[in-house]
Amino acid sequence: MNLNALWAYANPKKFIQTTDKVLPWVSVLAVVSLVVGLIWGFFFTPEDYRQGSTVKIIYLHVPSALMAINVWLMMLVTSLVWIVRRHHVSALAARAAAPVGAVMTLIALATGAIWGQPMWGTWWAWDPRLTSFLILFLFYLGYMALWEAIENDDTAADLTSILCLVGSVFALLSRYAVNFWNQGLHQGASLSLDKEENVADVFWYPLLVCIAGFVLLFIALVLLRTRTEIRARRMRALLARERMG
Amino acid sequence: MIALLIRDLRLAIRAGGGFGLGLAFFLIVVTLVPFAVGPQSDLLARIAAGILWLGALLSCLLSLDRILALDWEDGSLDLLATAPLPMEAIVSIKALAHWLTTGLPLVLAAPVFGLLLSLPEAGYKPLIISLLLGTPALSVIGTFGAALTVGLKRGGLLLSLLVLPLYVPILIFGAEMARRGVDGLDYTTPLLMLAGITCGTIALLPFASAAVLKVNLR
Repeated sequence: MNLNALWAYANPKKFIQTTDKVLPWVSVLAVVSLVVGLIWGFFFTPEDYRQGSTVKIIYLHVPSALMAINVWLMMLVTSLVWIVRRHHVSALAARAAAPVGAVMTLIALATGAIWGQPMWGTWWAWDPRLTSFLILFLFYLGYMALWEAIENDDTAADLTSILCLVGSVFALLSRYAVNFWNQGLHQGASLSLDKEENVADVFWYPLLVCIAGFVLLFIALVLLRTRTEIRARRMRALLARERMG
Repeated sequence: MIALLIRDLRLAIRAGGGFGLGLAFFLIVVTLVPFAVGPQSDLLARIAAGILWLGALLSCLLSLDRILALDWEDGSLDLLATAPLPMEAIVSIKALAHWLTTGLPLVLAAPVFGLLLSLPEAGYKPLIISLLLGTPALSVIGTFGAALTVGLKRGGLLLSLLVLPLYVPILIFGAEMARRGVDGLDYTTPLLMLAGITCGTIALLPFASAAVLKVNLR
């Protein structure tokens, strides 16, 4: 595929037209894979011999934690695109993604606490992974608050994208700083490419379906929110023109 | 550049309370802690390093919005922007002036306040070194936050929300270093990490602050 063709979607009209066709499919696929993945995971997998049925919260916890980080990465990319090429759709997509990412982080933290209570005997521990997720959540809050606080749209897009760049560096720093600061209770990666470390296959396939569901759900939500924002902006422009005329 | 620095220092010292305010706040935090956790000196000795770091950080935060807000209101920031000085230099000078009027007094006062919190003797040197290394980074990051929120009516609370997560790595390494010093452990690793973060922040963040300030002055 010609990469240059991608920039065509920076045109809001083209973006709306294309997403008109894509959005229903993505939404339906998201619902289907979430329903299939969660039902498969909750009712048709064996119980873990040590953790019992609590292991099943993995089908919410891992996908949401994965998305919490990837949403921030997506915001970083779209912020860079806005700074370099100044495509409005890109800035709006970053704005649209932030609350979704914040909710994903919250889901990961909440399900983690619910899982941690029976397994570790505590709702919360100052473990590096938990702590860095909490910090990530704070970054999301600050980012969204800055968007809300500034009235001029272009100024807000500029400032938030620079904040996103700076914040990414510091979030990464914090991620490794907390490793240094306290020893972990959390297990290692459950999804590394190294097969040895991974969870067993029976849990693995429904988990993959759930992750696909979360990714699709995120795409659907971001497309929807970006379209809403584009339309709201167009409406504001029309109203302003009417008042002038 | 020197002229700008001297002007900023003079303004900070003469114009109403900005100078001593951070220090007074630091003193109040240190005074309140024993009321909150109890006066047992062994307990205080254990948490003193952390409290001093947290107090320094909060008093630094308190004065951040003064870095740029006054210049923004009376329009001298616009004048500075049209001056032959690059914007990066202006924000660096502002950060330096903030550090000299807030960070440095905190570092100098920390040993005295350490006495109040019965900080063990081994802790003084690492505490002072870590504050000396860490507070410049606090000022530079704070200038970035002040530049982000300078155009806003009520930016103060937002400023703290934006800046505090950025302070996390510095607080971790700084407080860790002081804590290790108190326990008599080797503190080379956190010292080097803290110095690295501070140097990187001072070198790179003024570019981001300048970019942000340019957007706000547009």
